[in-house]
Amino acid sequence: MAPFLSQYIWTWLAYTIAGVVHVALIINLVAVGALIFIWLERKISGRIQDRLGPTRVGGKFGWLQTLADGIKLLTKEDLTPAGADHFLFKIAPYVSFCASIAAFIAIPFAGGYYPWIAQHLNVGVFFVLAVLGLEVFGVILAGYSSASKWSLFGAMREAAQVVSYEVPLGMCVVVPVLIAGSLDLVVIGDSQAGWFTNWLIFHDPFTFIIFWVYCTCATASVNRAPFDLAEAESELVAGFHTEYSGLRWSFFFMAEYGSMFSVSILASILFLGGWHGPIPVTEFLGLSPENGPVLGYLGQLIGAVNVIGKGVIAVCVMMWIRWTLPRLRIDQVMATCLKYCTPIAAAMFLGATIWQLQLPGKAFFGLKDVSPAVYAIGDGGSAAKPADTEKIADDQDRIARSTLAAPKLAQKGL
Amino acid sequence: MMDAIYWPSFFFFLFSGLACAFGIAVLLSSNIVRMAFYLVLSLGATAGLMFLAGAEFVGAMQLLIYVGGTLVLLIFGVMLTSQERFVVMKTWAGDWVKAFLAGGALLFILAYAAFSIPEWRGIERAEAEALVAQPSVTPIAMGLLGARTDDPSRSGYLLPFEIVSVHLLVVLIGAAYLARAKRSRSSIEKI
Amino acid sequence: MLNLPLANMLTEPVGVAHYVTVGAILFICGALCMATKRNALGVLMGIELVLNGANLNFIAFGSQYLRNDAHSLGLDGQLMALFVIVLAAAEAAVALAIALNFYNNHDSIDVDRADQLRG
Repeated sequence: MAPFLSQYIWTWLAYTIAGVVHVALIINLVAVGALIFIWLERKISGRIQDRLGPTRVGGKFGWLQTLADGIKLLTKEDLTPAGADHFLFKIAPYVSFCASIAAFIAIPFAGGYYPWIAQHLNVGVFFVLAVLGLEVFGVILAGYSSASKWSLFGAMREAAQVVSYEVPLGMCVVVPVLIAGSLDLVVIGDSQAGWFTNWLIFHDPFTFIIFWVYCTCATASVNRAPFDLAEAESELVAGFHTEYSGLRWSFFFMAEYGSMFSVSILASILFLGGWHGPIPVTEFLGLSPENGPVLGYLGQLIGAVNVIGKGVIAVCVMMWIRWTLPRLRIDQVMATCLKYCTPIAAAMFLGATIWQLQLPGKAFFGLKDVSPAVYAIGDGGSAAKPADTEKIADDQDRIARSTLAAPKLAQKGL
Repeated sequence: MMDAIYWPSFFFFLFSGLACAFGIAVLLSSNIVRMAFYLVLSLGATAGLMFLAGAEFVGAMQLLIYVGGTLVLLIFGVMLTSQERFVVMKTWAGDWVKAFLAGGALLFILAYAAFSIPEWRGIERAEAEALVAQPSVTPIAMGLLGARTDDPSRSGYLLPFEIVSVHLLVVLIGAAYLARAKRSRSSIEKI
Repeated sequence: MLNLPLANMLTEPVGVAHYVTVGAILFICGALCMATKRNALGVLMGIELVLNGANLNFIAFGSQYLRNDAHSLGLDGQLMALFVIVLAAAEAAVALAIALNFYNNHDSIDVDRADQLRG
């Protein structure tokens, strides 16, 4: 947006406006998303428990209930416990919230020639993983500065859990990166263009299993049930946010729903095709940028709806699991991470590597051929320049082969 | 006027100001948890400086490993060892005076030496605006595997990579052994 | 010598010298932390600051935006910084294990109490 605007106004103003618009869109997405998810959670949990959920506020389905709750929270007294460290107590919810929202900076909502992404980073996946790991700071600061035993225990348990699950999460994320050939999220999404058989989850059986391990690790990473003993209402009063009231408490909840949404969207981009739907409708209708700006915009819009829709479905599945399964103890959580998730992820990683070496360029469990244009996207460039990427890939291949060949020749005494 | 400002320099001063300010705050603070928090912010600003210098992969690694791993470890350690709430240990004023004298002298020498080399003062603005950002992830990855694609006359980093992997394994085992739960003296005396 | 008119700072690109100065400030904060703090974890934080100052130097010498001459380190700077980060994390883990052991044995984290080997 910024280069487009800078044709009409000063450059610095164009960049400022583009930045402000992107930030406003992302904050809106997370905040309104949290609103909708809280209502959805209450409805889903009600139905699973054979009751109705909110039905009064805003008509028959109670969809304005969360707004009413938000207004109620705004009017509550803003208290700080007497023995608390005031500065850290006040800043902890904001740290959590910032970390949760910052992950959306590098997540694309539509790809192609002009991806809908706030900041097109070369290391997109890595950046999102790094920022998701920073959310634990808000939790630790909240627990420590509340000057309360329950908060401290809850915070330590949650920090241990999040940090331990980052290891298998990283290994699960590496498999789609390996198959697509780049850390760039736009490239990973675009390598799944076409029918749903191109989706990375169906690429080989190892990636299929890795997807389910990713689901487990992502649920544990955002502290959702059955891994939510940090906020276990039945054990620890309310865990690390016991002493928080009013708007500060709601910041923690917006952070939690924000990170749930971001790991769901990450799963949809890495494994479930991202902005490419199961049937390539945009191709059939000709909604691509070559046919003009309006049709291109419509194509991108359908892509964005795809990404957000898949994310919402994944969040609903997380809610479904929460209200179905019982909570795990802390030793069971740690055992799941270290004895099950990490070895399985490592073994599947090895399997996916071997599969990719033996059967490159094939999709859907090796039964279908991927078109060379889509396959070449991953080799050293963005989706916008397929001709250049082949040249760069050829150069790098040539240099790599010549550098690796030299020691072998030296060994043979030549 | 706004067009005359070179924005990367502006962001450099912003991030470096934050990093230095929080670094000095770590030095001057006496509450250990606040020191850890200021350190987090200082290292985050340093990651921003790394992104500005074009080292995106290293910046993301800094956030992931340093801030998200090492500092969480540090804060755990802080919580496990501060028995009384917000325990405070003060240094004597004499120590502060000596420290600031030595530190100030070293800073003056380093800054003077850095700015006295002409090639280190910066490149021309026209030249800087003509530079094209190069993705650094693939060359770094290839370099770690032994094949230098950016500059074939330099050597690869496969051996240090392997050494660091074994080193991390050794450190993992060693730290886990050192920090295992042992029966402390007080509980033995109670028996 | 040191001609550094302030008006030039915002309009011209910064160079290696600016990054080296920031690295020096972080290094000195860290070194003073190591020297003056009595809490062992404060000393550990000083170590982290020192390593970060040195890391910033490596990044600066290897950046194409800061220097363009033939002596630039190129990608070697970033690779060395990568190894420094990994090794610093490993060293922080071991140092923390030692500090925890000391706390368990002496019930205090004050480094001035660690004088049993004093001759």
